[in-house]
Amino acid sequence: MLRYTLLRVLGAIPTLLLVIALAFLMVHAAPGGPFDDERALPPDVEANIQRAYHLDEPLPKQFVRYLGGLLRGDLGPSYRYRDYTVSELISTAFPLSMRLGALAMALAIVAGVTAGTIAALRQDSYVDRCIMALSMTGISVPVFVFAPVFVLLFAVKLQWLPAGWSSTSGVSRFVLPVITLALPQIAYIARLTRASMIDVLGSDFVRTARAQGLGTLTVVRLHALRPAMLPVLSYMGPAIAAILTGSVVVEEIFGIPGLGQFFVRGALNRDYTLVLGIVVFYATLIVSLNLIVDVLYGVIDPRVRYR
Amino acid sequence: MRVGKNHAVSVSGSILLLVAALAVVGPWISPHDYVTTDFDRLMLPPSADGAHLFGTDDLGRDLFVRTMLGIRVTLLVAVVASLVSLVIGVAYGAIAGFVGGRIDAAMMRFVDTLYALPFIFFVILLMVAFERNFLLIFVAIGAVNWLDMARIVRGQTLSLREREFVEAARLTGVSTGRIILRHIAPNLMGIVIVYVTLTIPQAILVESFLSFLGLGVQEPQTSLGALVDTGVNQMEGAAWALLIPAGLLAAILMCFNFLGDGLRDVFDARQVE
Repeated sequence: MLRYTLLRVLGAIPTLLLVIALAFLMVHAAPGGPFDDERALPPDVEANIQRAYHLDEPLPKQFVRYLGGLLRGDLGPSYRYRDYTVSELISTAFPLSMRLGALAMALAIVAGVTAGTIAALRQDSYVDRCIMALSMTGISVPVFVFAPVFVLLFAVKLQWLPAGWSSTSGVSRFVLPVITLALPQIAYIARLTRASMIDVLGSDFVRTARAQGLGTLTVVRLHALRPAMLPVLSYMGPAIAAILTGSVVVEEIFGIPGLGQFFVRGALNRDYTLVLGIVVFYATLIVSLNLIVDVLYGVIDPRVRYR
Repeated sequence: MRVGKNHAVSVSGSILLLVAALAVVGPWISPHDYVTTDFDRLMLPPSADGAHLFGTDDLGRDLFVRTMLGIRVTLLVAVVASLVSLVIGVAYGAIAGFVGGRIDAAMMRFVDTLYALPFIFFVILLMVAFERNFLLIFVAIGAVNWLDMARIVRGQTLSLREREFVEAARLTGVSTGRIILRHIAPNLMGIVIVYVTLTIPQAILVESFLSFLGLGVQEPQTSLGALVDTGVNQMEGAAWALLIPAGLLAAILMCFNFLGDGLRDVFDARQVE
């Protein structure tokens, strides 16, 4: 087990380096500098700015400097939010995004697994067809379509829930963003669960358990759920990435001051260091969460460890 | 033949053809164009009066023509981007699968590595760093979506390589390149078509996501994603400006997904036989 975990951790390092190098190169290959759209500066002022941000150094040196900063948790200064470093901006904005994402993920797993299991138990029935049609809708319709339509319906027309992100609205302000963020993942997880549950329910050990006279729910809970969860678990990596992507849209539409909103603002303002920093941060997050999922996979299904 | 029997395929296929035809013909028969502003006709609701079938936006532009243009752009970007991913994916997968051995292992390890990356953020980075133009959107989206195709083509090639007819070709002295071209490639067609159909909605998603954030197609050009974005800003006074493009985008995406799923079922059934 330890060997397996260690191998996985070592395998993640080149991936991360590749990500950082790619992102860094992309930003630095951009035509024109980050300060080009301001009014023309006197040459010596411009040279000073270049020096202050180390833009006068050769690219490999800048990259090594960036990596060194990264190891110390320093992602450099923001080009637009003048008095802040990128790390400060991320650490103020991320906790909120994380809360939102974690809630959405929890909802997605609970609702998706439940819906998928019900569909599998009632395979080819009316209920099954309904759940599958709904999940196809959830997969097809993008978050940025669901979000404004929900706001229009539940906040503007029916006025059940707040549309924006005011502190007066308490917990209710989380409802719409979390549901919107979770919807596509509920749909995916429901489909995955249904397929693997149907597989597992047809296997010999389930038949044996049934033959012993156990009820359907007991069989599912004690025997079928764990093996049926494996495909769902391996989907967690992409799900996390999708929720991060979705949070960019959801935060923009609901006006939530999270990391996704900073990312969009940074992208529109051409705040290179901020965008680069957030990409590196997201990538690190996704790679490490994938790592955890991989290791968990080995815990739940001991067979994979020996591959 | 069996395609005709599959309702998901025939219904969603017909809807898509209809929408595409409307998007091509619509702007020709409408008296309006997509750029002319009319400040006497701001945010009109949909009506046949003045021939604004989908109403007008906050600049008085006709939304029917803009929506049709948006569908054109969205479909065009999606199809071209899917072709880009098709070329990369098929070439990569077929080479890895046919060559096999250590090269195959290394190539697939690289694909696994790329799978772990948050691609959409790289696309955004690309859009931020470079001028936003159509070509870049095509390339960026195509470069994101080729991984699945490469995996599937490789798997298929691996099994085809061992089949009798390939062996027979090899025994009679046919060259490797010719075997890939004449014997492997035609047998990949079916599954490739299925996965292109499933890649198109993904490409549409990426494009409309970018346009929604203001990083994709730029004004006065438009796409369904860009129309949803402007619709969001006007939804309290003009709900139609949001609901029509949002509904069309959702419908198009669902049709492509149903079409791809249906085609896959048809194809799988044939495989089993």
